[in-house]
Amino acid sequence: MNFKKIIILLLASFILTGSSVRAATEKECFEKLSRGIFKFNKGVDRIIIKPVAKGYNKLPKPIKKGTGNFTSNLGTMLTVPNHILQGQWSKAGESAASFVINTTVGVLGFGNPAAKLGLENQQEDVGQTLGAYGFGAGCYFVLPILGPTTVRDTVGMVADTFVDPFAHVTIREKELANVSGSQIDYFSVKGAGAIDFRADNMTNLDSLEKNSLDEYAALKSLFLQNRAKKISNTFSSEDDDWEEFNK
Amino acid sequence: MKKLINTLVFVAATLVCSYSFSYNSDPKIFIAELLDDAVNTLSDKNISISDKNKKIKTIALQNVDMVALGMYTLGPVRKTLDQKTLEKYKILFEKYFLKSLTSRLADYSSQKFEIIGAEQKSEVYTIVSSKIIESSSQPEIKIDWRIYTKDPTKPLIRDLIVEGLSLAKTQKEEFNSILSSNNNDINILFSKLEEFIKN
Repeated sequence: MNFKKIIILLLASFILTGSSVRAATEKECFEKLSRGIFKFNKGVDRIIIKPVAKGYNKLPKPIKKGTGNFTSNLGTMLTVPNHILQGQWSKAGESAASFVINTTVGVLGFGNPAAKLGLENQQEDVGQTLGAYGFGAGCYFVLPILGPTTVRDTVGMVADTFVDPFAHVTIREKELANVSGSQIDYFSVKGAGAIDFRADNMTNLDSLEKNSLDEYAALKSLFLQNRAKKISNTFSSEDDDWEEFNK
Repeated sequence: MKKLINTLVFVAATLVCSYSFSYNSDPKIFIAELLDDAVNTLSDKNISISDKNKKIKTIALQNVDMVALGMYTLGPVRKTLDQKTLEKYKILFEKYFLKSLTSRLADYSSQKFEIIGAEQKSEVYTIVSSKIIESSSQPEIKIDWRIYTKDPTKPLIRDLIVEGLSLAKTQKEEFNSILSSNNNDINILFSKLEEFIKN
């Protein structure tokens, strides 16, 4: 099956499920396969990602902080168009200002002087934009290496590469404002971001693994809650199921 | 005489325990005091691990709404179970929760907490916001405490919301996954809980 066919299949399932899945995000596409891929990902994490993240955690704090800032600043290039697509003009302005300040004053984004000026840099992607438009998540599944996702977020992830100027310059090797790059740049930045995330969450993920009866289900719940929070840009711990115990 | 001394020691110990585990009823101060107590216990080098765990368990049993949390976590299946089965679940859940809690707290015992504020969400709920201060091993983590305040003199913890993610909800969905993939057979959940408690 070629790449185009996969995209068409994903889009078709997205359209078929999109209208009615807002309340059915727990639905699995193919749980057995996803659990298998989850095990595979755990193996990759144990053999490669975790040891690298452990080594990364031993680096001096300024280097770690700088790497996190650098990848996060490049992520702002995807955030700005998504804020615009969601009609969040002031947030788009804040993110754009954050990007300009951090890229210049912050030396290519290794520093984060924008934060000191109160400019918040949220991370937005096309999956979140689709969610904000009212598209449901579709069913849940796990991708090799990339991890947990939903149909909507997978469509969003592919669309990200068309919306993100950084992906335009690197993956498609097009020149933008005299800046050019290669696919290696794109995957290096994404890889560094993943290691930074894994290193930051070393204790959290170890604790989750140790204390879960079903780690797959726990991670699925955390992933879906996190996406819902990012889409609504609010946090709500309300759950009707508590009502019964409030009497 | 020996009996009398033993009785006096027991009464004194009980009084000390009940005093040390009685926290302020204001949700914000309640969490601040509870965290202080828990962190001091875990970092005290003069207390054995077994005594630390005992104290943490006592703190949890007195300040977490264990029955409501257990029933919430069980999800809709609870409505289909008889009283005897529910009682068995309550016992297993409590043991599971306490073991999991001591393990999790041990993971975070070297971290420093700070209370940020509190917001009354309804007549029965207040959210207390706190954070784990950034360290070399991990970034700042925001933790909200969902406090049940139906009895204003005795606030109880019902949920921990870490960076916007509810641990009670995660637990509920984890149990639900085990049940739904085993035809809602509660005995499978029981055996998984027993296995966790034993190991």
